[in-house]
Amino acid sequence: MSDRIDARFRQLADERRAGLVTFVTAGDPNPSESQRLLAALPRAGADVIELGMPFSDPMADGPAIQKSSLRALEAGQTLANTLAMVGEFRTSDDATPIVLMGYYNPIFSYGVDRFLEDATRAGVDGLIIVDLPPEADSELCLPARACGIDFIRLATPTTDDRRLPSVLRNSSGFLYYVSIAGITGTRVGETDVVAGALARIRAHTELPIAVGFGIRTPEQASRIAETADAVVVGSALVDAVEHTPGNAAVAVSELVEQLKAGVLSARKA
Amino acid sequence: MDQSNSFRNGPDEDGHFGTYGGRFVAETLMPLILDLEEHFAAASRDEAFWSEFNELLKHYVGRPSPLTFAPRITERFGGAKIYFKRDELNHTGAHKINNCIGQILLARRMGKTRIIAETGAGQHGVATATVCARFGMPCTVYMGETDIERQQPNVFRMRLLGAEVRPVSSGTRTLKDAMNEALRDWVANVEDTFYIIGTVAGPHPYPAMVRDFQAVIGNEVRAQIVEAEGRLPDTLVACIGGGSNAMGLFHPFLDDAGVRLIGVEAGGEGVETGRHAASLTAGRPGVLHGNRTYLLQNDDGQINDAHSISAGLDYPGIGPEHAWLHDVGRVEYVSVTDAEALEAFQLCAELEGILPALEPSHALAHVAKLAPDLGADHLLVMNLCGRGDKDVFSVAEALDVEL
Repeated sequence: MSDRIDARFRQLADERRAGLVTFVTAGDPNPSESQRLLAALPRAGADVIELGMPFSDPMADGPAIQKSSLRALEAGQTLANTLAMVGEFRTSDDATPIVLMGYYNPIFSYGVDRFLEDATRAGVDGLIIVDLPPEADSELCLPARACGIDFIRLATPTTDDRRLPSVLRNSSGFLYYVSIAGITGTRVGETDVVAGALARIRAHTELPIAVGFGIRTPEQASRIAETADAVVVGSALVDAVEHTPGNAAVAVSELVEQLKAGVLSARKA
Repeated sequence: MDQSNSFRNGPDEDGHFGTYGGRFVAETLMPLILDLEEHFAAASRDEAFWSEFNELLKHYVGRPSPLTFAPRITERFGGAKIYFKRDELNHTGAHKINNCIGQILLARRMGKTRIIAETGAGQHGVATATVCARFGMPCTVYMGETDIERQQPNVFRMRLLGAEVRPVSSGTRTLKDAMNEALRDWVANVEDTFYIIGTVAGPHPYPAMVRDFQAVIGNEVRAQIVEAEGRLPDTLVACIGGGSNAMGLFHPFLDDAGVRLIGVEAGGEGVETGRHAASLTAGRPGVLHGNRTYLLQNDDGQINDAHSISAGLDYPGIGPEHAWLHDVGRVEYVSVTDAEALEAFQLCAELEGILPALEPSHALAHVAKLAPDLGADHLLVMNLCGRGDKDVFSVAEALDVEL
């Protein structure tokens, strides 16, 4: 298990508050601005960073992250660059966990062993690979765990009690609960429905649970933070990148500060 | 025969053909495809399911399609005796409807009330819209904007059949993006929606399921060629985009060692130009759309655009069973260019009175290379899997003819 993720969720528990997980796409809108943005996220209040590995065919993502991936690819982003970005980030921040999120093909193409070696060296703490369900654990999940990299799994409204144990079996770090059946950035689940789902999942696992997909405003973040261990915001941030060319780090930082205030305003039950 | 040596045992229980296939989908979809797998397995064992399927193929689709000797093409090429399997005579004009009939029966059996599909050339979209009209189910078809431009007649046909055609403007705006968008719809509408995939690709069980519904093509050929010639054919040739018509033709013959099987990919402007759709010839293994297979991709694992004059072959992947058959060497895979296909298209029209679709025109273009070196007693069957009416505008444009 990743020490950084473990330590961060312990800290959140000690502080009796939910964490803020921020998603941005590596290389969006271009390599240098993306590197500045990455460094700015913890200062603005990000507790955990999800860094998207852009893919040409992001099947589980809505328009915002699709466009963000394309911007990054058009600016020349590659998986090797993404790993180098993490390495550069680690020279000034050795505490904030970084979880790489994306699709399997670029990793498969890079070579699983080589990827895990380079990711470990760069300081990657976890992986969320959207198109690798538990049925495909031997592909990347088990080799990653053997390297001390967490494999963070998505649970969704369609993950029923029968399926939950197989989703949890090799999960580590935290669990990512997708609040809706749908793609990223479209809508957010009803607070009480999400709370019910979290209660059901907590009967099966001790892992911290982050909730995401569709959370855009400080108010939404606050409501979700009442029950979740962490709140994930992605599409709203990459929208901000799109709308503030040349100034993405500042614009995203402002939004992250507001979201963090929302998260901190939540009363923990 | 010894089952352990059979080429027809795949996939395994996790949907693998060798190392290809599998189920690479988002967690939201996993319960759905496991459920689909269960229902398909149950339907496969149910004689009533197959008898309803066969009745519809006979009385609605018009099967069996004829196996037609092509005398003037045979004479022109001056070698092998050439037969066409006439799947272009099916209702809706292509082989695609065989699979749509099977999947909509399964959707009804599962209590689903809404159908979605992706389409490239529009043939699968038209076939899906057709069965939805026949069974009174709402239908949404995703189609890339680029394909909508070059396949206007099929877009209008789908709308006449009551389907909603949703233009896809993401990515390269072709078949792969339409498939991405259909998957996004499915993830957001898991309760009531059945996704009718049009080819032998996607997550397990789709590749096996679509193959089983398309195997009617090969099974008919087997009986028809024996009736016509008293023996099995020597060579089968079919075009390949995702590979459903080819798999339907080849699968019943995989264990007949004497039958040579050839799949023809779209070479576009030439494989050496990089502008083509020949995944097996020039791609390498990767994971996309739920399965591991050969893909056109760059060094970073990003999917490349496919290029073909034929919208139906314009896909950067191929069904996983083809990937496996390629690796084990049971099927040969070759490619022909846009220009060669265009020439074959015209030849077939002039010599046989049949306008083939641009997709099987690729198969015919390879037959043109192959047949002259074969003897007159060599029996060659080519799958004429679609008719060319939909392509007359593209062909006119390629020939610089103003309509």
